[in-house]
Amino acid sequence: MVKQISYKQFGAKAILIEWQSIISDEILQDILLFKSKINLDKNIAIIDLVQGYNSLTVVYKNDIIKFEEKVNQLKAIYQLPTQLVKQQFYQWEIPVCYDLQFGIDLEEMATSSKLDLEEIIRLHSEALYRVYFIGFLPGFLYLGGLNSNIFFDRRPNPRLNVPKGTVAIGGKQTGIYPNASAGGWNIIGRTPIHFFDAENENPCFAKAGDYIKFKSISIEEFKELEIAINEKNHQPLKTLYNA
Amino acid sequence: MLKILKTGFLSSIQDKGRFGFASKGVPISGAMDAYSADLANAILNNAETDAVIEVTLGNCTFQFLADTTICITGGDFTPKLNGTTIQLNKIIPIFKTDILTFQKVNYGVRCYLAVKGGFLTDQILGSKSYYSIITNSNSIHKGDLLPYHELREISSKIQSSIKINKNHYKETEIACYKGPEFHSLDDEQKKFLLETTFTISKDNSRMGYKLNELLVNELPQLLTSSVFPGTVQLTKSGTLIVLMRDCQTTGGYPRILQLTEQAINQLAQKTSSDSFKFKVKLI
Repeated sequence: MVKQISYKQFGAKAILIEWQSIISDEILQDILLFKSKINLDKNIAIIDLVQGYNSLTVVYKNDIIKFEEKVNQLKAIYQLPTQLVKQQFYQWEIPVCYDLQFGIDLEEMATSSKLDLEEIIRLHSEALYRVYFIGFLPGFLYLGGLNSNIFFDRRPNPRLNVPKGTVAIGGKQTGIYPNASAGGWNIIGRTPIHFFDAENENPCFAKAGDYIKFKSISIEEFKELEIAINEKNHQPLKTLYNA
Repeated sequence: MLKILKTGFLSSIQDKGRFGFASKGVPISGAMDAYSADLANAILNNAETDAVIEVTLGNCTFQFLADTTICITGGDFTPKLNGTTIQLNKIIPIFKTDILTFQKVNYGVRCYLAVKGGFLTDQILGSKSYYSIITNSNSIHKGDLLPYHELREISSKIQSSIKINKNHYKETEIACYKGPEFHSLDDEQKKFLLETTFTISKDNSRMGYKLNELLVNELPQLLTSSVFPGTVQLTKSGTLIVLMRDCQTTGGYPRILQLTEQAINQLAQKTSSDSFKFKVKLI
């Protein structure tokens, strides 16, 4: 596939790089490679890189004076040999308790979809999800890979307080609320894992390109893990992902 | 230490903000009116990155527990030291037990209190700026003790206050660039956007300002992409949202304008029912 990439100035300090407007693994891979190459470049004075499904925004330290020059520099970086970049992705196992105590929308979802509860849980936990990027809120993972049989429209009225760790489905997406917040997604379970910890130098263990696999656990296991995590005696299991 | 005796509407510690953590979804934060915060640090000859207190709409009382010098910039909330009115934009000597109050709002929405050497609260992910998920709270509370260096010798040399440009508070033209999706608007929508006097709704905070006037549109939603302080989003219902310093890192609404840094600072001094026009400048 010939990759069509466009460059637009975004305010005084940023350049928005956009790929075709679709969600695809191939585009994600290209964005991740480009991002790594930019990070390797010592001559580019940037303060941040913001990733989206089909975009990468380069935020410079100073105002952009010559846009064309910056774009040419970025194009040259994009062309660098890919072998220079070593990328390692992990697969994280995230325990989720789908008990009705947490999965408060599961029964309604089963009724409306004619799937039984166990089937929704099985479809949700057997898939392998890719982290496209982290955004919106600290530690909120944008995941791709939800089985189309369990797409569920967002709820008509958002809830004001969705607890931290809630696992939910909103339209074609599934996600984990890293902190208590308002939210309109259908709630199917809860994980005791913390997705954002400001005390860590790396505040979120997952990164764009990693994989997430949910594992169904009982309420007893949830409670045990919750204690271990609060005592900082538990890390989510990770394995190196080999493509 | 600075002891908080009374908190007003909202006061928080702010500096230049958190950079380099967008890949973890961390907002930038920092002083809403960075121009005024910078000015307070500059007058005290502090580092640009020193942390200051951002006071929103006055009505609070602080007590100093050690000698220092301070400077207050930004909005005028009738600051008084031990009951006597003090000037803005000027170095003020402070002695142990002095009490500073902010009361009636004369102009502006946010003022900045800087101390010599800055406030020495915890730096988390490269910044001292308050943001609830990162610093446990969005605001300072009654009884909080905020550390700063004690100053051994305070110069008694009288300093004059710096004249500031009142336009910073009165400006009704908010300068911006065309946003990445500006070109998706048709001519009539562009005309509406650039000719309408917009008013700020009650729904305005450090995260963003919703505007009252609707821009009817059928623009498609985006695949989630980057947003920044100063990004103007256009929702499906036609509401314009100007994102401010605590905004999220990504969003899915079309980004039709991007405010200049100075325009963000000017907007930070406006609140509910204040009005302005957008003025597009060329990149």
